[in-house]
Amino acid sequence: MTKAIGLEVSLAIAEAVKQANVDVVAAYPITPQTHIVEELSVYVANGELDAEYIPVESEHSALSAAVGSSAAGARTYTATAAQGLAFMHEILFITSGLRLPVVMTVANRAMSAPISIWNDHGDIMAERDIGWIQIFAENGQEAYELTIAAFKIAEDRKVLLPICVNVDGFILTHMIEPVTFIDQKKIDDFLPPYSPALTLDPDKPATFGPVGVPEVYIESRKQCEQALLNSKAVVQQVLEDWGKSCGGKYKLVEKNGNDKAKILFITMGSLGETTMTAVKELEESGESAGQVRIRLWRPFPREEFLEAIADADELIVIDRALSPGAHNGPVAQEIKALLFNESKRPKVHNVIAGLGGRDVTVKDFQKMYAMAKADELGPNYLIWGVRSDA
Amino acid sequence: MLNLPELENFEKITAKNIPTENYISPGHRACQGCAEILALGMVMKVAGPNTIVANATGCMEIVTSPFPQTAWKIPWIHVAFENTSAVASGIEAGIKAMSRKGRYSKELPNIIAVGGDGATADIGIQALSGALERGHNFLYVCLDNEAYMNTGIQRSSSTPYGASTTTSPFGSHSIGQTTWKKDMPAIAAAHNIPYVATANPGFHLDLMNKVKKALTINGPAYLHIYSACPTGWRSKPEKGIEVSKLAVQTKVFPLYEIINGKLTITKKINKPKPVVDYLKTQRRFAHLKEDDIKLIQEGVDEQYSKLLYLEGDTQES
Repeated sequence: MTKAIGLEVSLAIAEAVKQANVDVVAAYPITPQTHIVEELSVYVANGELDAEYIPVESEHSALSAAVGSSAAGARTYTATAAQGLAFMHEILFITSGLRLPVVMTVANRAMSAPISIWNDHGDIMAERDIGWIQIFAENGQEAYELTIAAFKIAEDRKVLLPICVNVDGFILTHMIEPVTFIDQKKIDDFLPPYSPALTLDPDKPATFGPVGVPEVYIESRKQCEQALLNSKAVVQQVLEDWGKSCGGKYKLVEKNGNDKAKILFITMGSLGETTMTAVKELEESGESAGQVRIRLWRPFPREEFLEAIADADELIVIDRALSPGAHNGPVAQEIKALLFNESKRPKVHNVIAGLGGRDVTVKDFQKMYAMAKADELGPNYLIWGVRSDA
Repeated sequence: MLNLPELENFEKITAKNIPTENYISPGHRACQGCAEILALGMVMKVAGPNTIVANATGCMEIVTSPFPQTAWKIPWIHVAFENTSAVASGIEAGIKAMSRKGRYSKELPNIIAVGGDGATADIGIQALSGALERGHNFLYVCLDNEAYMNTGIQRSSSTPYGASTTTSPFGSHSIGQTTWKKDMPAIAAAHNIPYVATANPGFHLDLMNKVKKALTINGPAYLHIYSACPTGWRSKPEKGIEVSKLAVQTKVFPLYEIINGKLTITKKINKPKPVVDYLKTQRRFAHLKEDDIKLIQEGVDEQYSKLLYLEGDTQES
């Protein structure tokens, strides 16, 4: 393996897309995703990446063009964030409905209003039910490696679904981190060119996206859901293969800290790194704390998650998005629903933290832990750090 | 410069060599007397089998694709209402990249984006503008039946002045549609694309030759096709072609093409019929009074004079 170099994570993601040898990049600028597609435009301009770069006039067209190129059989990439993702909303459903393996980075960012360019997960949580595979990266190395693996997952004939790699805006995208690049030869062996099952081919004409009359609509949606559910095994296999041949070992759900800890933090995305430090310090001071990171968000890895929390009495679920009116953040809702029919149900606290880029520190997590122990977190959710004058 | 190099050896379609193969099969669910499906059939005859169509939501999408049937004999994709130009951009770019990389070894296909007037002049105008500006090698066909027909005759920005629709109904306080038809071909032409034309299924050879030219040249082309709609216009189903011809003969829908910026009227109307002859054929105009008709006649004359001016003006320069 080559040496790690200090690099902005966005550029590492662009490198991953280049190494995946994509055919088409559809790009519209939106902060904090821009550095990725800027770098890709440079690769194409320099001839380092042989791809068509489509500088579309909107995110809506970015995904629409991606749908067209993927349906034509080309390996296709795009990236977005927040308002841009929301602008793609309609086409997100169509991409999964048409079973097109588009890969997209979402540089997670808070939604307007008020306008905020900073990180939280409000953008992607509004897109939970679109039938895309969704992965969360925790650091730069992971963002780089998962981006390459994403193509392999999406293009698997058993899957054929779009996938989005969630990367926390700024906190990750603009961070300079040591990243180790994988040798191109290894990637080429791991990821051969896309071989689609069906394309817009004049020699074998097919009709894509016909009218779904009531007699067939439900069945087609069920097939999409089944494909998504089935994709879990493929995600697992691809990540295992990746670990063996190319890079790091990535599980769908990961556990850190004391294996028998009674209180567990549940995190997604980059906050997990801070949580880990907090857990380490708590353990050093004799507390029984642990952490579970959810890497695969859709399809939700139910069995793996239940196994990871089997010994815990209390969960502190950190959400980085509000679900107004639902009395819990989206991740906590998911977990509570999952636990409802289980015989052993740990207590679930829900802390909504770091909205719109508000800093969440190691001390914050330690305080959450202390409050959970003292039963001060309440039965539903708590928005962390709301100033009293607000 | 009038002609593009690609058009130098252009062989015209005539009554003798008209393509006989159809790529939209019979059994589609278009309304009785629909001139839009006729026009689309003509487009596809010329385009031939090596063609990919991206179709916006609208009449032609609905009537040709209810699963498990399809009327399309060529690869076809529907994604949404407003983005067919962006989808076509992606198809073109994808095939271009794969061809360069040796993964698409066949002759490059014709790529055609099809949309109705709503999908073109209203909701899809942004994606269309973007695609024309980026210079993708594709043909955009607007099938203009002058309202949102597949949802039940609601007005669009392509609905003509005075027409009564379900969202611009005439009444004691309204004439019907209160704005003039948006000049989509002019908007397309303002993108400085190599080919823009208007066509009409009542003049089928003219229409087919325009499709052929549009597909021959490299770069984006825009074809605006008048598409008579008996259901929405309350005209007689058997009169579709007659109404279409009248639209040209009364100068309501002039036929012209703009090649590399040079406008040519392809069907000169020296002895125009009065506009009222055209209006009479459709009940959507039945409520119009003499003064309204006079106003429409003036608008039509003015629009035609503008075309004559543009034709002459560019010749001089």
